[in-house]
Amino acid sequence: MTEPAGNMPIDAKIKPPMTSLLYQLADDDFILAYRGSEWLGLAPHIEEDVAFSSISQDTMGHAAMFYQLLADLGEGNVDSLAHARKTSERRNAVLLELVNGPGHYLSSAQYDWAFAVVRNYFYTQAKKIRMDSLKNSSYQPLAEVALKVNMELYYHLLHWKTWFIQLMQAGGEARTRMEAAIGRVLADFEGVLNLGPLAKEMAEHGLIEKEEVLKQRWLFIMKPVFETVKLAVSEADLAMKTGNGRIGEHTADLDDALSTLSEVYNINPAASW
Amino acid sequence: MSEALFFQEMTEEQKYGQFMKRINAGEKIEADDWMPEDYRMTLIKLISMHGISEIMGALPEKEWVPKAPSLKRKLGIMAKVQDEMGHGQLLLRVAEDLMKPLGKTREDIMQDLFSGRLKFHNVFHMEAPTWGDAGLIGWLVDGAAIITQTNMLNASYGPYARALKRICAEEVFHAQHGEAIIMALAEGTGEQRAMVQDAVNRWWEALLMFFGPGDASTTGTSKQDTTIKYRIRTKTNEDLRQDFFTKYIPRVLSLGLTLPDETMHFDQERELWVYKQPDWNRFKDIIKNNGPKSQERLGLRRTAYDTNKWVREALNTAN
Repeated sequence: MTEPAGNMPIDAKIKPPMTSLLYQLADDDFILAYRGSEWLGLAPHIEEDVAFSSISQDTMGHAAMFYQLLADLGEGNVDSLAHARKTSERRNAVLLELVNGPGHYLSSAQYDWAFAVVRNYFYTQAKKIRMDSLKNSSYQPLAEVALKVNMELYYHLLHWKTWFIQLMQAGGEARTRMEAAIGRVLADFEGVLNLGPLAKEMAEHGLIEKEEVLKQRWLFIMKPVFETVKLAVSEADLAMKTGNGRIGEHTADLDDALSTLSEVYNINPAASW
Repeated sequence: MSEALFFQEMTEEQKYGQFMKRINAGEKIEADDWMPEDYRMTLIKLISMHGISEIMGALPEKEWVPKAPSLKRKLGIMAKVQDEMGHGQLLLRVAEDLMKPLGKTREDIMQDLFSGRLKFHNVFHMEAPTWGDAGLIGWLVDGAAIITQTNMLNASYGPYARALKRICAEEVFHAQHGEAIIMALAEGTGEQRAMVQDAVNRWWEALLMFFGPGDASTTGTSKQDTTIKYRIRTKTNEDLRQDFFTKYIPRVLSLGLTLPDETMHFDQERELWVYKQPDWNRFKDIIKNNGPKSQERLGLRRTAYDTNKWVREALNTAN
């Protein structure tokens, strides 16, 4: 087991893949929780508003735990990691930064619930697989966080899966909208499954399993679900059309999101809020 | 059984007499119990307004959820607004049960909101342009809400009293969350302090209005006499406003903040706070959805409701 920072310095060879992995985990959850928070008050019904905001809150909590692990490795304090890094420094998958739909979250929002359901469901399943793998990570502090995250993920997954199946089986307009959303999500889902340029080193040091293993696991778990809703999805449908967030490629959607979420922080980053 | 038969044979007047006897004895009325029309209608109006206000109340804070300046604050405000939505849900369920005999549903509540028949609290029509407002809403608006809701904790209508018990427990956390934001700002930079003072100035009149007019002479109507008669509440609007002053004025002043009312003082002899009345005509106008943010927030809700129509239809197909 690798010792946590603070007890002894981490092996210089392990640190780059380790921080690379942590940035991906933290940034993925952070930006998706942000997108979730924009939905507040706009979900299809009040019960869903309560459930979805609870999930977003959990997800933001997970991001905070991952940022804390980075802070423990000397990467800076959690709030500057979350608020002050530029677009090109972010390592989240591009899919997770895309806007919820047309309009602004305070005035003209016409958000797409089908996109919300598909993006959250597919991502949450991938995250669950990742956390299961991380429970055995050679980096003990990460394994401990994964264990905590996993407890909440069970409910998130159940929630999104229920929505997914229900809307897919409703037929009509719902089915059409869901299929369109699935097309959009798959077109960038490779970017979620991707672990970036240091994936090989991550696996070599036992931080997480191999990217390909995790990807096949996702396909394997999703297969019966796709069969249930009579949808043909194959590995060839997974793409990374809009860019690879793991190497800092991002869209203008992320620029806008970062300027909103850091608006107050940027009034005075040194101040206590 | 025989008692039930006996009850059926009573005249409306006898039923009313027995109902008032139960209320005055401190008994709880439950959803399926007989109740006078007047009581039912008063409760529907009060509880659906309370419920929808919790939901509309998420919107002024919504702006600040993504913008909260640290991870801790982001988590705090997310939790808080989620609670408010949960309160809305809880209360609408209580209102729905009361509306059932009238053949009305959640859909009617939403349509009444959009058409302006169902009003929401004056404070949620107001602007919240800075992070200072986000803190102030938690601290003083929720603080005011605790005072009005505590006043109804022993409400004669059981389902409402039980919902309020849970709501009040959570509101205490909200007020602490708001107070923590305000304290950080008040102890912070000059700019941060100015942010809080601006928010206090901006919200003061709306906070006074929050408790409602002192009596019917101010705005033409007041439900407070009916709600007191039916033991839904105990104190008057003015009692509650005075309680708010007593609790919060010392706290506001102790942070070095000022109140935008030079006449405000405690009259030792009469043992009450003397203050400048808010503009009650403006209050009437605001709750008619003519406040600074009324139309924008209703529009946001309405657009979301329309955009998600297909989802509700799909759920109806599935069920």
